[in-house]
Amino acid sequence: MDSADNSAPDGRYLAPTVDQALKILVVGSFGVGKTTLVGSVSEIDPLRTEETITQASTGVDDLSGLSGKTATTVAMDFGRITLNSRMVLYLFGTPGQRRFWDLWEGLVIGSIGLLVVIDTRRIEDSFEILDQLDVRSLPFAVAINQFPDSVRYEEADLREALDLLPETPLVHIDARSHHSSTQALITLVEYAARIKAQEKVA
Amino acid sequence: MTGPRGPRRGPVRPYVLTGGRARPRQRLAVETLLETVDPEGTDLPVTASRQERMLWRMCRHRLSVAESAAHLGLSVSVVTILACDLIDAGYLVTRSQVPKAQLPDVHILQEVLDGLRRQLSA
Repeated sequence: MDSADNSAPDGRYLAPTVDQALKILVVGSFGVGKTTLVGSVSEIDPLRTEETITQASTGVDDLSGLSGKTATTVAMDFGRITLNSRMVLYLFGTPGQRRFWDLWEGLVIGSIGLLVVIDTRRIEDSFEILDQLDVRSLPFAVAINQFPDSVRYEEADLREALDLLPETPLVHIDARSHHSSTQALITLVEYAARIKAQEKVA
Repeated sequence: MTGPRGPRRGPVRPYVLTGGRARPRQRLAVETLLETVDPEGTDLPVTASRQERMLWRMCRHRLSVAESAAHLGLSVSVVTILACDLIDAGYLVTRSQVPKAQLPDVHILQEVLDGLRRQLSA
């Protein structure tokens, strides 16, 4: 079994044996439970960085009338899981709205895949994200975060509403639960591994 | 060849919020691991900026670009540029590979799965 005994003196640091860093993006609109999910599986308290992204304002409705480029500040909450003595997995919670897609460009490179967190009370908020993922053919799984007052829909209905491919994994989670959130990550990585294996055969 | 600590040019140029250079020379990802070279034995030149000094100290043990940024209250893009300068000058090194564009290999994904499954029983 791998031991964490050789970790650096300060808990914020990684063990000196860790030399491979991987990442998963946790995507969703505001308030769907991205940070809760990251917090429930992370070995460190979730951290936040703010990134300023500059983009053309064309096509952004609420900025119509402005010309040229505009800067948006986006907060990214993230956490990490040390998987074994030499491997660490980072989880980056990123907002899914169109105006943040520039930020994704850099983030998705080399990632295992994306976990799209959805709140069924505001299912329409996720359409934009899912459309974008279809275009980019990135491996993703959908996690329905079950809130106490949200109706539990039939899987077939959800799949139809979200227009998911049959192979796209869909799981129900409680983002507050370590077990449930970890299970969702496992589902995504299993799916990514299947895609990768098929790539090899093809 | 001028050594990394040669006086010709330190790691530092005046740093004005990405005014000088907005694009780092080498590509660092948010999850790239950084570490200071010989934190006990060397010191940065006096010309080093406060932010470079902060980053250099922060990375005395292994830490990702994103974590360094969060702990220092700087944006990831600023830390990336500072880190590249420090790497070029030999004061900082990367401790993980910069990711390739494609999906990680199956054997790596299998290791990730094993690690995550261990989390379930933890």
